[in-house]
Amino acid sequence: MDRTFLPCSRRFAPAVAAAAAAALLVAGCSSGSGGKKAAEGTADAPAGKAGTPRMKVAMITHGGPGDTFWDLIRKGAQTAAAKDNIELVYSSDPNAATQANLIQNAIDQKVDGIAITLAKPDAVKSAVAKARQAGIPVVGFNSGLSEWKDQGLLEFFGQDESVAGEAFGEKLNALGAKRAVCVIHEQGNVGLEARCAGVKKTFKGATENLYVNGTDMPSVKSTIAAKLKQDGSIDHVVTLGAPFALTAVQSVADAGGKAKVATFDLNKDLVNAVKAGDVRFAVDQQPYLQGYLAVDSLWLYRTNGNVSGGGQEPVLTGPAFVDKENVDAVATFAAKGTR
Amino acid sequence: MPSRTAPAAASSPPGTPDSPGTPGTPGTPALAKDGRAAERSLGRRLLARPEIGALIAAVAVYAFFFSVAPAFREASSLATVLYQASVMGIMAIPVALLMIGGEFDLSAGVAVTSSALMTAILSFQLSLNVWTGVVVALVFSLAVGAFNGYLLIRTGLPSFLITLGSFLVLQGANLAVTKIFTGNVASDSISDMDGFDQAKALFASEIGIGGVDVKVTVLWWLLFAAAATWLLLRTRFGNWIFAVGGSEDSARAVGVPVTFTKVALFMGVGAGAWFVGMHLLFSFNTVQSGEGVGNEFLYIIAAVIGGCLLTGGYGSAVGPVIGAFIFGMVSQGIVYANWNPDWFKAFLGVMLLLAALVNLWVRRQATRR
Repeated sequence: MDRTFLPCSRRFAPAVAAAAAAALLVAGCSSGSGGKKAAEGTADAPAGKAGTPRMKVAMITHGGPGDTFWDLIRKGAQTAAAKDNIELVYSSDPNAATQANLIQNAIDQKVDGIAITLAKPDAVKSAVAKARQAGIPVVGFNSGLSEWKDQGLLEFFGQDESVAGEAFGEKLNALGAKRAVCVIHEQGNVGLEARCAGVKKTFKGATENLYVNGTDMPSVKSTIAAKLKQDGSIDHVVTLGAPFALTAVQSVADAGGKAKVATFDLNKDLVNAVKAGDVRFAVDQQPYLQGYLAVDSLWLYRTNGNVSGGGQEPVLTGPAFVDKENVDAVATFAAKGTR
Repeated sequence: MPSRTAPAAASSPPGTPDSPGTPGTPGTPALAKDGRAAERSLGRRLLARPEIGALIAAVAVYAFFFSVAPAFREASSLATVLYQASVMGIMAIPVALLMIGGEFDLSAGVAVTSSALMTAILSFQLSLNVWTGVVVALVFSLAVGAFNGYLLIRTGLPSFLITLGSFLVLQGANLAVTKIFTGNVASDSISDMDGFDQAKALFASEIGIGGVDVKVTVLWWLLFAAAATWLLLRTRFGNWIFAVGGSEDSARAVGVPVTFTKVALFMGVGAGAWFVGMHLLFSFNTVQSGEGVGNEFLYIIAAVIGGCLLTGGYGSAVGPVIGAFIFGMVSQGIVYANWNPDWFKAFLGVMLLLAALVNLWVRRQATRR
């Protein structure tokens, strides 16, 4: 029982019951297609449970709340935790100072292991050093490929954003793209900048960055559409997150251009867009795998002293390309919300 | 020579301090219709303090997390909570003073980042001793505050609009200027430059107290709170703050220098932004140009939980300290208790409403005839 909800008193029971009754009433007028019924039976992968002693692992990320990508990481981490008899303490904050504080929080809790993202490596440096002084093993994942070793982390799971960007650029070359625009949905995010820089490095055509406000989808849509209208020669829109790719598809339709959309990262709806041909391809860094491996590796280290990559090399989870050829294989897992 | 009379009593709620030398309670107890005794009971006088509602809430929140989260009981956990509260609380104090003075500053969040970037980029690009950068950043932050205040007085536009403008300007400038100089979105590390270690000792060191590392910002925070309380309750300037927040026209009529007071309050926010910016820079060596957005509301929330009114003219300097402490307890406590962090913002909103309601109730009790 490690499902974490707010402690709920008996007083809420009548309210819950009333809500359930209302739900039953609504069920009377049900839809014949789609909806939750169609999605049922797609729960997380069933897994056994290790007989090792109970452990507590803290996972601290820089993800914003309500982001599909970070949700996948969290699901992977939860699956590994359930298997390994681990109590998982997940917390996240995009702000560097707060992230450092959350690491301190985990040290205060005397956890058995910490998994962190090094999006802002300098900011969490001293907190990581403190964790190591306290004898807590720390692993890195998702971001911080060039810093994890300097900070003395045990292992690292993720993809190199520049490498992924370079692979993306190669793929654009193969598709015969001439002019691309790289949509950055969060100004000041190092990882996103690295992706676009990687694309620029290998892409033989011309590319430029377009900054949009990722927290406001309508403005994302209109900004991309305006850019496409202003420059009719753009033939590829590169987005850095699945929700933005789907928005870009709408922008292309609005602008009436011939531009194609390609993107970094996946989610359920994006797989369908690849199937339908709206999005040409996606680069998947397999966030579920990152979260899973980060937690599982701490369990392995604690129970058997294993260190993936021997503390020398990172474990890469991407870039994996998803396009029309292999999308069907991915689709079943994406439908379950785990890829 | 400004008069030493208390500002327009009609607009000052109970709890407004008197300037030294003016005896008696505010209001006009001489009127027979006023049923209030000249000497109010101790309980009444306590209830009339702006921060009392927040204090009750803080004790309740502390007791609550103490009982549900074992990790919360450790001394080291309290140090973590206090640190989180101090970084926010140092800014919440001048923001609260500004709100008592009847104005808002929406640029307070990004101003912190601007100040830190100023120091980092200037020191690095010109290879200066970091102290030069620190001093220039202070001048810059004060200038931004003065500009906000000056524009407010000259145009008569609401501070909400003016500071919204400066917020956006600073947010854009943070990113653009950083990118021009570093080609990146974060400033270069200045940790190996002259003066860094001294500055770090001042702004971002740790002090061992009883086997627990306490960040120096906690001490600064309490020191600033004490200074602000003295300023508010024991100086003429403090009276001016209450006066301009209560009623600007009445204040002007009795000879309060309104322009000076408001500009000084905005500059106070600038000074706070500078201090927190320096702390962030010297604890993390670099600054991310995109950060700080949204924090301005957290400062305002801390002040409101601490009993400041949005309409101005009422509040205290101790209030935002307690407000920030509540915020720190909630944000770290949810993690110590291992609750689902998805609920964090919802919980914060409920806390804010509850605190505001408690404040309202307490104020009603205090002013009951």
